[in-house]
Amino acid sequence: MLCNICNKNQATVHLTEIVDNQMTELHLCDDCAKKKSIQMEQQFGLSDLLAGLVDYSKQLGGSEKMAAGTQCPFCGLTYEDFRKIGRLGCSECYTAFGRYLGPLLKRIHGASQHVGKTPLSLPQEGLKSSARSVRGSSVTELKTRLQEAVDHEEFEEAARLRDAIKEAEKKKKETKKENESE
Amino acid sequence: MNLNDLINQVSSWLKGTGPHSDIVISSRIRLARNLEKTPFPHWAKKNDAEQVLVSTKAAFERTAELKSAVFLHLEELDNIDKQFLVERHLMSNEHAVRSNQKALCVTSREDVAVMVNEEDHLRIQVMESGFDLDKTWDVINSIDDQLSGFLPYAFSREWGYLTACPTNTGTGMRGSVMLHLPALVMSRQINKVLEAIAKLSFTTRGLYGEGTQASGNFFQISNQVSLGLREEEILGNIKGVIGQIIEQEQKAREVLLAEHREMLEDRIWRSYGTLKNAHIISSSETVELLSMLRLGNDLGLIENMERGLINELFILTQPAHLQKLEGKKLSANERDVKRAQIIRERLKV
Ligand SMILES: [Zn+2]
Ligand SMILES: [Zn+2]
Repeated sequence: MLCNICNKNQATVHLTEIVDNQMTELHLCDDCAKKKSIQMEQQFGLSDLLAGLVDYSKQLGGSEKMAAGTQCPFCGLTYEDFRKIGRLGCSECYTAFGRYLGPLLKRIHGASQHVGKTPLSLPQEGLKSSARSVRGSSVTELKTRLQEAVDHEEFEEAARLRDAIKEAEKKKKETKKENESE
Repeated sequence: MNLNDLINQVSSWLKGTGPHSDIVISSRIRLARNLEKTPFPHWAKKNDAEQVLVSTKAAFERTAELKSAVFLHLEELDNIDKQFLVERHLMSNEHAVRSNQKALCVTSREDVAVMVNEEDHLRIQVMESGFDLDKTWDVINSIDDQLSGFLPYAFSREWGYLTACPTNTGTGMRGSVMLHLPALVMSRQINKVLEAIAKLSFTTRGLYGEGTQASGNFFQISNQVSLGLREEEILGNIKGVIGQIIEQEQKAREVLLAEHREMLEDRIWRSYGTLKNAHIISSSETVELLSMLRLGNDLGLIENMERGLINELFILTQPAHLQKLEGKKLSANERDVKRAQIIRERLKV
């Protein structure tokens, strides 16, 4: 099979492209595949996608000029900069551009409330209740000590305890399995 | 460990072991993390970026999994070494191209790699052989917990981990699975599968190129959404989708064996023959033929071959690897010759 682009070389790369939900097959030679890959990266670059999204949220977010001129007091990045480069400047940008970012995040992720993990250095919502529910085991004790270590900002100890808990839980599972197989 | 030691070993995620390793090459999770009140790498002044290198290096030295890892300053590496690290899936191409104030921390098993000052201050990656996102998550979760004690992470209760690009905000997590799906490709069912995946907001990428949809018969599938779901939920969704794809590939393989066995055996043995005998071979032909060899091995049509050896050849036959093996710069034509030589040597019975 000959390459679909140059019609000269043997096609060695077989691509499936999706454009506007239409699927097309492309059979390319080495050289044309390389060119195509660079072109596609530019075409579907994340910053383009984002620029589109930012434009959209701007329409929702009231006065155009106000949004563009807003500046992060910590790093100096403006909302206009963000629109151009598709990247925020620092953690404080999230506060500075909060009212515009909320709708944008919602549009990208379909949600705007984090429900995943929390850094060990912050109070853990899930941890205390789970420690309570397995009262009596040594794992419970470890978990209480972990919470204490976190509260006292003893992170090395906290990390060590975290490992110890994992180890203890693994052992518990293994002994359970052994008992079952006997 | 030294950078040059890597070429003589097989990365642990390439061993070809673990659950469903006949179809799944590897499972990978990456977490994007940043330091609070520190400009993100693209917006940082040189001093800020250098300070990030210092504080992250100190944090790695106190983290169990990273204590004995190497910390590579990318500015000190030449282009072949940087490309070599990209080919081993230890860092992104972007990280190799602009390497000022950038670093890479890698363990000797190559299962953990942390890019410093890429798009985010930290890009933590853990890879395992086969379909094992749970184990991968356990490892990366522990590393992240320890680092969060040593480094002031940028985090908000409302939006989670704050990243340079809002597409990563929230968990900052991307889980991905590398699949080998030759039977779905040959039976022309792959498009339907890819369409279905896209609808579920998963992304598909090829083996090497980020811009290409697929290379040979390899597909890397990952989650797009990172906010509003717990990490375990995101991984659960990926596991569900991948589980179904594995099933379909298995069925497609059975059908091929039952209805087109001769055609299949012919393609596999011709591929094996070419690989064992070629004296000049391009990288794309190599990927295509190795894919057939791997299928033949996974179906038991070719015996006495280690899956890990085939996996390793995918990596060893790439440009920077060939040049490191040869110990000097090679032109494209010279690489095609060297590539064929390496393959012949490794496949010699
Ligand atoms: Zn061509
Ligand atoms: Zn800022």
